Amino acid sequence: MKGPGIIRRNAPRFGGESARMLPQARIAGPMPWVIAIMIALTVMAAAAGLALSNVASNARAEIAGGITVQIVEGAPAARERQASRALTFLTGREDVVSVRRVPDAELAALLEPWLGEAAAGSEAVPTPALIDVRLSGPVTARRLQDLRSELVAEVPRARIDAQAGWLAPVFEAIRSLQVLAVGLVVLLAATSVAAVWLAARSALGSNRDTIEVIHHLGGSDGQIANIFQRSIGMDAALGGAAGLALGVGAVFVLGRQFGALGSGLVAGGALGLADWIAIGAVPVAGVVLAMLTARLTVIGALRRML
Amino acid sequence: MSAGADSIVQFDNVGLRYGTDREVLSDISFTLYPGSFYFLTGASGAGKTSMLKLLYLAQRPTRGAIRMFGQDLITQPRNALPDFRRRIGTVFQDFRLIPHLTAFDNVALPLRITGMSESELQKPVSDMLEWVGLEHRIDARPATLSGGEQQRVAIARAVIARPEILVADEPTGNVDPDMAVKLLRLFEALNRLGTTVVVATHDVHLLRKVPDSLIMRLDKGTLSDPTGALRYPPRREVVKG
Repeated sequence: MKGPGIIRRNAPRFGGESARMLPQARIAGPMPWVIAIMIALTVMAAAAGLALSNVASNARAEIAGGITVQIVEGAPAARERQASRALTFLTGREDVVSVRRVPDAELAALLEPWLGEAAAGSEAVPTPALIDVRLSGPVTARRLQDLRSELVAEVPRARIDAQAGWLAPVFEAIRSLQVLAVGLVVLLAATSVAAVWLAARSALGSNRDTIEVIHHLGGSDGQIANIFQRSIGMDAALGGAAGLALGVGAVFVLGRQFGALGSGLVAGGALGLADWIAIGAVPVAGVVLAMLTARLTVIGALRRML
Repeated sequence: MSAGADSIVQFDNVGLRYGTDREVLSDISFTLYPGSFYFLTGASGAGKTSMLKLLYLAQRPTRGAIRMFGQDLITQPRNALPDFRRRIGTVFQDFRLIPHLTAFDNVALPLRITGMSESELQKPVSDMLEWVGLEHRIDARPATLSGGEQQRVAIARAVIARPEILVADEPTGNVDPDMAVKLLRLFEALNRLGTTVVVATHDVHLLRKVPDSLIMRLDKGTLSDPTGALRYPPRREVVKG
């Protein structure tokens, strides 16, 4: 029997199929599942970090140059007069891009959860008149101080605040969560490296005889490392695909639930195309990291042989 | 001509010890010539396997110098050794076939290591298995082969890449006398093609089966030279002269 080409079509070699030099029960083994869990968690952490980044960016863009003017006057007629004066003053300034008096109905709707349906909008509980102002360029402390001085001179009961000021604690909290997400991604990557290192060491031990034979037949460290690299690469690719599906599924479910909240701030966290590309790169990075770890582990171990 | 100028292997005062134990090989000096057939004999524990490990580069000596294929092995960097190993065929005492590969794949391994394509290696591997009488066992895994069949697969794997040196550790230890003679004939055929053959055996009857062979005897880690094989020029050449 010579040259049984069909039988040998899928024979292992030191090319693309060299990983078959090592006997493996792929799906039955723990490595793809460990990697799947790691990738799923990393995808979720990365998606959370990106969504938080989007929330912060959108909120910053929305409130950049934004100031809120309140007319704190108990008497309704005086409040209306001062509000009109404030609107006239602000509209006439060159550095003001837009001015909007928040309608009383909108204000009442905002306050209703706290004051109740009966009190909100009634004069029983006086509420200030609110004017939403957008300045050209960012609101600096000096700029705010100058504007405040000029406005109070015209409208004595006016209070003026930069919107970024009262949202600062929210941004700080978002930043902390972003750092937490990055930390989680780094920790998960480190755990994945440790898991692959342990798997490669274990595979080295259990396949020691095979490795020694290939070594004695003239196989180089690179060739032997390629076998492990490809084998773990296949496991990582399987695990990565499963982990990506799991992670993206979880992100979709969470995204729908947060989207249902109807909050403007949360809506700003929607993931864009670039974010999805970054999330899609997580399993690719996982496979590369796993293969690199396996290669370095095996070459390190082989260097202790002659 | 200096001793060893046309040699394939030259050991010069080589010693080997494992860890801090006493030397298992001491002051080993000899020269192997291309196309010669050597038997390495000695009782169990005499150091035959250790000597073969030095020959197939599984060990570095703890002292002395080794030249192989005209180059000093001691000063070779580690990453140069695979190229030397590819020029050496080894039949291990325990065969060391890879259990999850078929007979074909075990024999093809040295060719795949050298980067030969699948289409190129089909014929030589099939021919080699036919040469050792195992063409009907081409897809069998080692566990399903008899001891003698495994030995023949191991020999086929050792010679498939046409090595310049063939090192065999007790290659007839697990086969019946008829198969032992047949395997020796395989080695002789390879030797006639120019391969230097070194066969370690404790079976003195085997030595008579290859009339032109030269004998190296190890005794407690030191080498004696009953046929003058280790001298330069070897006795065979003296006789010829």
